[in-house]
Order: sequence, then C-alpha cells, then structure tokens
Amino acid sequence: MERYYQEELECASRETMVALQNEKLVKQVKHVWDNVPYYRKLMEEKGVTPDDIQSIDDLYKLPMISKYDLREAYPYGLLGCDLKKCVRIQSTSGTTGKRVVAFYTQDDVDLWEECCARAITAAGGTNEDVCQVSYGYGLFTGGPGLNGGSHKVGCLTIPTSSGNTDRQIMFIQDLQATILCCTPSYAAYLGERMKEMGLSPDEIPLKAGIFGAEAWSEEMRRDIENTLGIKAFDIYGLTELSGPGVSFECSEQSGMHINEDHFLPEIIDPDTLEVLPEGSEGELVFTSLDKEAFPLLRYRTRDICVLSREKCSCGRTLIKMKKPKGRSDDMLIIRGVNVFPSQIETVLLNYGYAANYQIIVDRKNNTDTLDVQVEMTPEMFTDNLGEIEKRQKDLIDGLKSMLGLKAKVTLVAPKTITRSEGKAVRVIDKRKI
Amino acid sequence: MAIKQISVFLENKPGRLDAMTDVLTEANIDIRALSLAETKDFGIVRMIVDDVYETATILKDNDYIASMTPVVAVRIPDIVGGLNKVLKCLTQAGINIEYMYASLAGKKSDHAYMIFRVEEVQKAEIALRAGGFLLANQDDISDM
Repeated sequence: MERYYQEELECASRETMVALQNEKLVKQVKHVWDNVPYYRKLMEEKGVTPDDIQSIDDLYKLPMISKYDLREAYPYGLLGCDLKKCVRIQSTSGTTGKRVVAFYTQDDVDLWEECCARAITAAGGTNEDVCQVSYGYGLFTGGPGLNGGSHKVGCLTIPTSSGNTDRQIMFIQDLQATILCCTPSYAAYLGERMKEMGLSPDEIPLKAGIFGAEAWSEEMRRDIENTLGIKAFDIYGLTELSGPGVSFECSEQSGMHINEDHFLPEIIDPDTLEVLPEGSEGELVFTSLDKEAFPLLRYRTRDICVLSREKCSCGRTLIKMKKPKGRSDDMLIIRGVNVFPSQIETVLLNYGYAANYQIIVDRKNNTDTLDVQVEMTPEMFTDNLGEIEKRQKDLIDGLKSMLGLKAKVTLVAPKTITRSEGKAVRVIDKRKI
Repeated sequence: MAIKQISVFLENKPGRLDAMTDVLTEANIDIRALSLAETKDFGIVRMIVDDVYETATILKDNDYIASMTPVVAVRIPDIVGGLNKVLKCLTQAGINIEYMYASLAGKKSDHAYMIFRVEEVQKAEIALRAGGFLLANQDDISDM
C-alpha cells in the first residue's frame, strides 16, 4: 500500500493543482516585487509588473535569475523579508567562487521539512521506522533537511551526521536502523565496509535508503541495493530553493516527483532561454511559490533533465523529473565533447569495476587528456597480465562508445581513492586555461 | 602435486614492491621465488613462499589484492641441458607454458626448481612424472 504524507496535495487533480499554483504564484510575485529590490529592478528592466502575472501561463514573462545573481546579491540582496523573521541560514558547499547563503523563516523551514517528510514517506517510512541521517549537519542542507523530515514523519531519528564509519555501522546494527539518508557515494562506502566486516544483506536491518546531493547512476543504485539489501530512492534539491526534497522518488523508482505545489518547474533551452514543451531535454528552472525569506522566481538550476506528466503507478499526480544527467556545472568539455561523470560511472559498473573512481582531466601539448582511475578489485584480478590488459582495453572501448572519445584507464591499488563522507570528489581538472 | 603461487597486484610506482616486502618481512615470510610482470602502470608479483595461507591472509589484511594460482615446480639438476629436457617433455605433451621462472632449491643443493604456469596443470604433471622428473610439493617448498 502506497503511503503519502500529504495525500490531498501529492495526489491532487490537475485542476486543483493549477488553481493552487495560480493563486500562489500571483502572491509570490507580489511578495518579491514588494520586498526584493534586486529582482524588482530586473522586472522593471523587462517592463513586467505583478499585474502581468495572473496565472502560471504568464510565468514566461518574468526574468530569469541564476547563480550569478545570487553571488552578486550576496549576502542580503535577495532577502524577501525582515531579518527579524528569519530563524536560519544554510549555505552551499561553495566549491567554486563565493558561497550562496539562503535564509529561512520558521514557515520556510516547516515547508522544507514537509517536503522531506513526503520523500521519507514515499520510501516507505512511518513512525515505526528508525531513520539514520548520515548526511552532514551544519551549513549543508542534507542533514538538517532529512532530520526535520524524519521528525515530521515521526521516525526515531539518529543524527549521526557524516563520518566515523564504524560508529555509523554500530548504530545501524545496535539501534536497528531501517532507513538510511546520505550521499550515494557514502552509502556505497558504508556497504563496502559492512561487506568487509562479513555482514550479508540479510544481517543489515536497513530496508530503504534516501540518497541525493550528487549525481549517481542506475548501476550504482543496483549495486547499493544489493550490498545493503535495501530499496534505494533518489532525492533532489538545491540549497537555493530550500534543500533536499524539491523532488523525490516513489516506489516506482522511475524519476522524481517534484513538489510542484511549492516549486514550479520549467524546462528551457539553455542557449536560447526559450521554454521547451513537456518531454524535451533542457535546463531545469524553478519558481518558488510560497517562500518568505528567500523567494526565487525563475531560477536556473544548471541541471539538464526531462519532465514528464505520465501517470505514475504510485498514485501521485505531481510532475516527475528524470534523474538529471548531472549539473551543467559538473559537465566536462574534453576535446570539445560534453562528458558527465555519471556516464563514466555507468560504464565502469557495467564492466564489473567498483564505483570507486576518479577522473583526471589534464591538458598536454594543447590536447585534453582524460584519465579514468579505477581501483582493482579481487573479482577483476588474475595472475594473467594479458587478461587484465584485455579487460582494461574492453573498458577503454566501452568508454569510447559511451563518450565518443578515447580515455586512458589506470588501474590503481585498492583503497587508494579517497572515500568521501559527503559529496565524492570525482573529477580533478588540472587544466590551466 | 601442484604448489600454490601467490599473485599480487601492485601499482608500478617507486616503493610499492618495497612496501609489500616490508609486510612479508614483518610476518616472517620467506620468499622462495619471485617474478614480476609489468605494464607501464601496474604489475603482478608472482611468488612462491614458505607459508601460502599466512601470506594470503597478511596481504589481505594490509589491503593488497592477491590470489592463489596452482603452478608446477619441477626439480632441475644443475647441469647443461637440464632445463631443455623438461621443456622437451612439455612440448611433446602439447603443453603451452604461460610463464615460468626459477627458484633456488635451498642453501646447499645441487639443483634448482623451475616454476611453470600452465593451463592444464594435471596433464603437465603426468607428463613430467612419466618423463622421470621430480616435482616439488608444498611441503618441499616450506622445508627448503
């Protein structure tokens, strides 16, 4: 039996949902116009006023904003309410450039946690579950978001945060944790450790995992599901919009339902900025519908994906997004070819290698080089050099047919690629351009 | 009676073989024979040791990838044509040698051992025994 956290919204008819979105959008645009001079100026430049926005069909009239604007407006430029009303900030990992800081009122926090509660419920969570949150706590939204969602569902919450892997496993075993929330790479690492400790999937009490905050492949999902003996669910979000829970997977595991009563999605052509029809691949753009402290209208996510309104067997009517191919920020351009780390991961797992890999991009003699370093596993090892070289060659061919370019494959010793407790560092780009 | 060889994956970088033999020295393992096969990036160390199971365990505990492979150890007298006779015997039996390397038989002996990696271990053993050659077993290796 499929369970819902807010059935009336998650399974609302299209008419009900559109009416709700229309009403909320008009209010949100007015709220931004009145409170965010930075965005009001963009609207004025485009000659748009709140009166021009009467329904979601008018969305296209609004100007778009991007991470660039968030950095420009740092720290308070996009604040949508009095700081006195704010109770929290969260911040992006800030690997490139200035950090992005997002603000929350208590209502914003509640809304976010409800989104996470929907995700946990969709993964089968109830108040009888023990939910271990092994996402980092702190400025990163992963820990606080799922922690709040877990409370809302009524699970017994274990706030281990990330790191200290042996302690993580001890809690899973001793407190019989049934749901695990962390990044997929950390889930894979936990699985690897438990396997080493001789724990079979039957001996691990977990039944479901909610994994997000980085791109991961279907093959990696199967791997994690098999080692931990669980169902692995994807979750998606951005700090800018609140955090994880913008969309989440249901029992069908075929894409993530967007909480479109809070976050209105569009797909655009990233070059022409034109809105594309449903089913087209393009950049995902979100408009928050009821945020107070950090409302964002038409925010470009840089994530490349496809939206679909096909009927879902779980009964939810919320629109679904396919797993993003990767952030366009993660995309590498190597010898003019677009490469997503997730594509490389797919090939590695298909060829029987482990998901422990690192991609080193460099430029030698004005030519980009792509070196995929992957750890040797006991299953792949033999005393026959020719056999190992043949497998290496097969992998190179596999990468070539997936990416359309020739990569070098380096086999490295086990455990030499650093395990991450949060977001895995998959790519090292040494090119100095 | 085939003996067991330990094969270990190593990266082809300075100090890797040194570090691995550190681990073996620590565990008081005596290496009877060793050969290396390498590419630019990695290599496979093949070894005959006095204690196969201890070696496999200690390597695994230290995060090395190692496997055991059956190989044939043939006793070869230290005279001209000693090896040649063994090879002739294998050729006649139609056995292909994947790789081979030598091992000294001990401190005071007048013969050596040749370690052969072949696909059909049993067939090779039968042919060699019929040819009058002496094959070492695991105990012979440990007692060297």
